[in-house]
Amino acid sequence: MSTQESYPIDVDAIREDFPILQRKIGGDVTVPGPSEDDDTPLVYLDNGATSQTPDQVVDAIADYYRTYNSNVHRGIHHLSQEASVAYENAHDRVAEFIGANGREEVVFTKNTTESENLVAYAWGLNELGPEDSVVLTQMEHHASLVTWQQIGKKTGADVRFIRVDEEGRLDMDHARELVDDSTKMVSVVHVSNTLGTVNPVSELADLAHDHGAYIFVDGAQSVPNRPVDVQDIDADFFAFSGHKMCGPTGIGVLYGKEEILEEMEPYLYGGEMIRRVSYDDASWEDLPWKFEAGTPVIAQGIALHAAIDYLDDIGMEKIQRHEEQLVEYAYDELTAFDDVEIYGPPGDDRGGLVAFNLDGVHAHDLSSIVNDYGVAIRAGDHCTQPLHDTLGVAASARASFYLYNTHEEIDVLVDAVDEARQLFG
Amino acid sequence: MGMGSDMYRQQILDHYKNPRNYGEMEDPTFSHVGENPSCGDTIKVDVRLEDDGETIEYVSFTGDGCAISQASASLLSEKLQGTTLDELESMDTDDVTEMLGVDISPMRIKCAVLARQVAQDGAKLHEGELDDLDRTVTEE
Ligand SMILES: Cc1ncc(COP(=O)(O)O)c(C=O)c1O
Repeated sequence: MSTQESYPIDVDAIREDFPILQRKIGGDVTVPGPSEDDDTPLVYLDNGATSQTPDQVVDAIADYYRTYNSNVHRGIHHLSQEASVAYENAHDRVAEFIGANGREEVVFTKNTTESENLVAYAWGLNELGPEDSVVLTQMEHHASLVTWQQIGKKTGADVRFIRVDEEGRLDMDHARELVDDSTKMVSVVHVSNTLGTVNPVSELADLAHDHGAYIFVDGAQSVPNRPVDVQDIDADFFAFSGHKMCGPTGIGVLYGKEEILEEMEPYLYGGEMIRRVSYDDASWEDLPWKFEAGTPVIAQGIALHAAIDYLDDIGMEKIQRHEEQLVEYAYDELTAFDDVEIYGPPGDDRGGLVAFNLDGVHAHDLSSIVNDYGVAIRAGDHCTQPLHDTLGVAASARASFYLYNTHEEIDVLVDAVDEARQLFG
Repeated sequence: MGMGSDMYRQQILDHYKNPRNYGEMEDPTFSHVGENPSCGDTIKVDVRLEDDGETIEYVSFTGDGCAISQASASLLSEKLQGTTLDELESMDTDDVTEMLGVDISPMRIKCAVLARQVAQDGAKLHEGELDDLDRTVTEE
């Protein structure tokens, strides 16, 4: 087993930044927060659903509300200027972090799901018709799957799904069959939140572009844990959520190439996104504000800036290596049980999560039992119901790792899974 | 330890591994099916009444899903034998947890009450108090 010394990052120091990791659990769940009845140390392995938030980010939120809370772009008073500058800088910081050209290409939304819907409504509804096709993958999250499926119904566009092979990878021959000159959009998940597969998004971008289609990359599970450069990928659109990368809930990002966003109609109308309004007509603000109607996610945007600073200080390559070590270890330990099945590629070639089933034990029962050991994992379909149908299971359990997790925590999970095997065996 | 360990006390595991009254009945007075979408649990309950049309003679079930839902169906099938439709219809969630003999965490209550709800809806359909319900779906 690896020791602390071999970690590429200082996990002990990092854990200090997350007081919640010191929590015990087990008391009355109807009262939020720690209670005297809590008796089991928390092992948080549900990072794919949402990550924990370091003090630095909580402080950024508190600092905003305590010292310069104000609406942006509306006042020329001092606080409004402070808030506006901080909010705009947050866009610049995101742009720098993902390799975008500038704030024009960075729209703040509520989450990945809203970013997906923004493009589907503002672009898809206007541009797609019965002669067009949209190509997705069988491993899409509902955020993209349901959205394009429904836009397909509204516009008559054909929605196609690239097959997933036995190992949980995209069948690229099938991709080359499906993407043709009718294709206007290819929407693919970067790292699968169920299989852990890291998809060849640059190759898919080339394929889409060869046929004059756009590519939308769902980076909800990639931006948090690896270096991402949207221009290297040559993504036309790219989306992710703040809450999976040490940031707060309530903020997502939509990256779009400037020339495409420029051409697109707004998604939401109202204040903040307009330049000039009369009773009969209106004109739009510059990018990205054209897509940020109403009072935007000010505190969340500022906190996302702090989250990016936090991650970048540690280093995205190192975070990726740490996660890869953890997932390989978890994969090996869990597959040592012959009644455990893990979905997706091998342990040395996947993102930092494992979705699995223990034969004869429903994933919800498994999750309830490991919860007794303090272990938080997800059980269900992880918003990939059709993929679970393809895998032939109703649900799976999923452990997902992040920069503060340790091999010892995986040992707790593995012991708990073993206990479930014995209970049900 | 938290609620979960309680949830999997011997009785639940025993009824999950060795379900009582499992199988389809040949001549039920009424049958009904239901599901709990959150776990993907499914249950079909068959009920045979005595000649008085009130007393429950025999209950059997088939189904698939998590241990809580299946053990609950098994326990219910035993409990209902010899009771009446009125007693079935008056069963509430507390009665179910009492029957299970364990605390059920809030996220899993739907699993626990599925069989009871299916049996109750089946009885209501039989008595004409409900018309037109193909499938019971558990809600909060
Ligand atoms: C791959 C993927 N896409 C999209 C989403 C949706 O993210 P959100 O719920 O923040 O919109 C998630 C997370 O739930 C995800 O894992």
